[in-house]
Amino acid sequence: MSTEKPKVAFYWCASCGGCEEAVIDLAEDILKVVEAVDIVFWPVALDFKKKDVEAMKDGSIAVSFINGAVRLSEQEEMVKLLRQKSGLVVAFGSCSHLGGIPGLGNFWNKETIFRRAYLTTPSTDNPDGTVPLEKTEVDGKELTLPRFYDTVYTLDQVIDVDYYLPGCAPPPDLIMNALQAILEGKLPPKGAVLSPNKSLCDDCKRNESKPEKLTIKEIKRPWEVELDPEKCFLAQGVICMGPATRTGCGERCIEANMPCRGCFGPTDQVIDQGAKFLSSLASILDTDDEKEIEKIVDTIVDPAGTFYRFSLPSSIFRRRRMEDIK
Amino acid sequence: MANEAFEPKLVGFLCNWCSYTGADLAGTARMTYAPNIRIIRVMCSGRVDPQFVLKAFIEGADGVLISGCHPGDCHYQEGNYNALRRHRLLSKMLEQFGIERERFRLEWVSAAEGVKFQQICDEFTEQIKKLGPLNLNGGKDEHREA
Ligand code: SF4
Ligand code: SF4
Ligand code: FES
Repeated sequence: MSTEKPKVAFYWCASCGGCEEAVIDLAEDILKVVEAVDIVFWPVALDFKKKDVEAMKDGSIAVSFINGAVRLSEQEEMVKLLRQKSGLVVAFGSCSHLGGIPGLGNFWNKETIFRRAYLTTPSTDNPDGTVPLEKTEVDGKELTLPRFYDTVYTLDQVIDVDYYLPGCAPPPDLIMNALQAILEGKLPPKGAVLSPNKSLCDDCKRNESKPEKLTIKEIKRPWEVELDPEKCFLAQGVICMGPATRTGCGERCIEANMPCRGCFGPTDQVIDQGAKFLSSLASILDTDDEKEIEKIVDTIVDPAGTFYRFSLPSSIFRRRRMEDIK
Repeated sequence: MANEAFEPKLVGFLCNWCSYTGADLAGTARMTYAPNIRIIRVMCSGRVDPQFVLKAFIEGADGVLISGCHPGDCHYQEGNYNALRRHRLLSKMLEQFGIERERFRLEWVSAAEGVKFQQICDEFTEQIKKLGPLNLNGGKDEHREA
């Protein structure tokens, strides 16, 4: 009988399911994982319940991998429980690390999101205008739903996080490296992002195609240009978040001839990925003339949504000003 | 109105070579101007990382000013053009966060322009008084714990 393998938990919050898929994508390696550890909680795949976790001793789970951002009271409750039961907590994937795509909800609030999702989208068919309520009376019984917050939070804004596995979703090699490091106890200092601390451009094959002095006169969206598969995207006038993004993904998007959208977040030196990218983009706009600058800036359709596509909740502002939302 | 008593907090990043000297001149010449601005001296307007501006706003500034040498006069040749490019792009982005363009200002003030600095401070303060407090809360104080 195999006794006392380290216990591991997986949990999901506000996410798309892609991070669960990333674990499955370990392919044969998943067997190595199953051999080395005991998976004690994994709602997507195994039938353990919250009460099973509650019954565990504090700190008895060696590591919990938690994906997804936190936007519901239920998620907050579950991650706090897992924190209490776990030796290590790893924020798994962009949403948990930075807020991710669900984090773009921070340009809105609960009221406007509910209005859009339940009342006004063209595909909504809701003649009674029913929206989810935290409490509903049905046949004299009270039904409850979790609270939906105005703001989406990163995992480390809600609980203490030991390590971060970046990416939408994290690539298999980084996941395996992390697991190995945990099993062998060869971990970097607490708080580390488990991917090299340099920019994507440093590893990008197209970097050499960057002209000596890179400048752009007009910003184009990827579908507006026939993209050259060899040339740096920025040199083609297409926004690529490479300069403000951490490396480690294997340049997956670049290899597919799409610019980087920043899912790995910034390097350690940077607090705010969007502001950093804004700074580097502004400095390559090819003019000193006020009017010309304004013209180029006009061609950038949605700077906030583009520069913070994955990192809005982790940014300095965290969200749009509440009183601006109607 | 509650706003009558509102005294805006303004943060000004002034370049060492022109604007800071201009502000100094306003001081030594004993010009009076609105006391709302907190001045931070930087070597060049081009040194102002957009992160500094965001940080100023989230820490409570109701308005942020960047002031540098006039075009062509930057001690480091290009710094103020960089500041100009960033200012226009950042202004557009700040609007998406609900921060009015008037709250983020870029000016050129030379070492001799004490009067101009005085006018900017008065005008900026008035303008922000009209707009009211910024009240960014960073998602911190809502009904999450309720
Ligand atoms: S900007 Fe994008 S395409 Fe250009 S070198 Fe960097 S990562 Fe590669
Ligand atoms: S290229 Fe950028 S967006 Fe694509 S996987 Fe890598 S870090 Fe993420
Ligand atoms: S030194 Fe004044 S703007 Fe550069």
